[in-house]
Amino acid sequence: MRPLVWAAGLLAFVGWSSGALGADLAVTGAIARQPTNWTAIAMFAGFVAITLWITGAAARQTRTVSDFYTGGGISGFQNGLAMAGDYCSAASFLGITSQIFNDGYDGLIYAIGFLVGWPIVLFLVAEKLRNLGRYTFADVASYRFLQGPVRSFSAGSTLLVVSFYLIAQMVGAGQLIQLLFGLPYLYAIVVVGGLMMVYVLFGGMRATSWVQIIKAVMLLCGATFLVLGVMAHVGFSFEALFARAVEVKTRVALESGLTPAEAAAKGRAIMGPGGFIKDPISALSFGFALMLGTAGLPHILMRFFTVPDAREARKSILWATVWIGYFYALTFILGFGAIVMISFNPDYVDAGGLLRGGNNMAVMHLAHAVGGNLFLGFISAVAFATILAVVAGLTLSAASAISHDIYASVIHKGVADPKKELRVSRITTVLLGIASIVLGVVFEKQNVAFMVSLAFALAASGNFPVLVMSLLWKGCTTKGAAWGGSIGLLSAFGLTVVSPVIWVAVFHFDRAIFPYSSPALFSVPIAFLAIWAISLLDRSPRAAIDREGYPAQRLRSETGIDVHGASLH
Amino acid sequence: MSSVHDSALEARIAADPRYVALVRDRQRFSWILTAITVITYSSFISLIAFDKPFMARPIGGGTISMAVVLGVAMLIGTVAISAVYVWRANGEYDARLAALLSELAA
Repeated sequence: MRPLVWAAGLLAFVGWSSGALGADLAVTGAIARQPTNWTAIAMFAGFVAITLWITGAAARQTRTVSDFYTGGGISGFQNGLAMAGDYCSAASFLGITSQIFNDGYDGLIYAIGFLVGWPIVLFLVAEKLRNLGRYTFADVASYRFLQGPVRSFSAGSTLLVVSFYLIAQMVGAGQLIQLLFGLPYLYAIVVVGGLMMVYVLFGGMRATSWVQIIKAVMLLCGATFLVLGVMAHVGFSFEALFARAVEVKTRVALESGLTPAEAAAKGRAIMGPGGFIKDPISALSFGFALMLGTAGLPHILMRFFTVPDAREARKSILWATVWIGYFYALTFILGFGAIVMISFNPDYVDAGGLLRGGNNMAVMHLAHAVGGNLFLGFISAVAFATILAVVAGLTLSAASAISHDIYASVIHKGVADPKKELRVSRITTVLLGIASIVLGVVFEKQNVAFMVSLAFALAASGNFPVLVMSLLWKGCTTKGAAWGGSIGLLSAFGLTVVSPVIWVAVFHFDRAIFPYSSPALFSVPIAFLAIWAISLLDRSPRAAIDREGYPAQRLRSETGIDVHGASLH
Repeated sequence: MSSVHDSALEARIAADPRYVALVRDRQRFSWILTAITVITYSSFISLIAFDKPFMARPIGGGTISMAVVLGVAMLIGTVAISAVYVWRANGEYDARLAALLSELAA
């Protein structure tokens, strides 16, 4: 196994370095692409070297299916960091800061939506999930039900959610790397797909956890340093930071030809909510998708089984909430810091007031303004590492859905040879790596902005209702869970297709059939209602078994007795 | 951690009034906190949707607005409410459960 890891690492490295050389030769013709950034590439290579070394070490300890799915156990604090690493995407780091740079306050509304799902996970599912499950959330959702239908639903839903999330990440990676490293899109996609495959294939959950932990620490440290730079610039006063930002925005408005009164109003506007929330229904619906979707994301739920018990699972979420909340607070300051520090610098902003290099570059320019080329390189490497950590977690959860839920539990009725199950999960990982590279290429020129929110809406409308009903309602049956969950998924998907984000933005129809930007406010209640009604009408013999199984499930979910010890040997 | 399947023990636990009380208390506590989270967040979003001038109002003659204060309070409150649950669940509830289990298993 060990030589294989090094061979794969070498391959990735050769692919990467030939990519770098190719970019150097081709860079003259490209306009959107930045000049090849060797500092950033060197720092990223350092990150890759460390993570591959860890993967090598993890590979020696990844021998059983349990090792592969859970990584042999980590503490609640470590898992919290890994969850933060899994959750804080490059899109939110670059996107939220740039949104604040452009429009002010609105970026914070987005950030809060991503955070409020965590207490819901904690209150409703965390401890029960840990007490009942071993490797995937489907272990819990299907606990007392007929395995075939519920596992098939869970695995299908996992693959659907992961696909949309993954496509958005891959396309984002390609574009980002073009901008930050000056490498062509395809190289970036291949490097991300290839590395993620190596981490998961050889290191399983252990390597994935450590990639996420290292990335989280790098991201938090980098962002903290940047914030200190910004605060030093304004004399460590928040009032001064906001006042300067309003001044700058007013001056920008004046220079664009507005009257002084109009300009003053425009400057002040960054301190309050703007156009992000147009109608209250869309806003609430989007908010609910983020909030409840977090409690249904398969790659997040899978992280619960890396800790020994419910107690550590709760601690994991608390730490994840602390770090994610801290991260979003930092992005808020960074957005305003960018307004103050880069708005009038022609190196960062062109004559028309647009960010050089693309709409998402605010925090990158800020990094350069605060810490020069070296620090820009560091933050670029962090952004790339961020994508890698997120896609590795996604791939692992999709591979587990196929090997554990479909292969071992549905096809082999839970008595699969563990060696074969491990082999299936590794083959799946390779196929997923290839698929993600192909998808990244196919979707290069497509509008993928809606895909992350779609993934959240699907998770909120499929996995979340099924989990809650199977855990908390005695009357829930196999049919109710499998069909009701599928109806929730389909309605979320269908409503998204006919909503403005796809119907108008992608298919170019004049008017959307469903007027709101997110389906969750409707599709989540539809799912709950469907599960309830179908279970209630279910008079099959199996339904009686399902209901009879509730007290035993409940006892175990509350006490953790007879827990199989997912992370114990 | 017990890994022996013992249905007699399970039945004793399930029938114990202290177990019933523990589950009821913990469940109620988690639903109350869930309701607080959902209601607070919905109110925050509604305030933004329906009363933008209120949110844009500066506080104490400075630049910092109501929206910034409430937004930061949302971030801190989210972490705080999670801490409250973990503190009580890992403290009081786990202690009650451990006491119950060690007595019944003996």
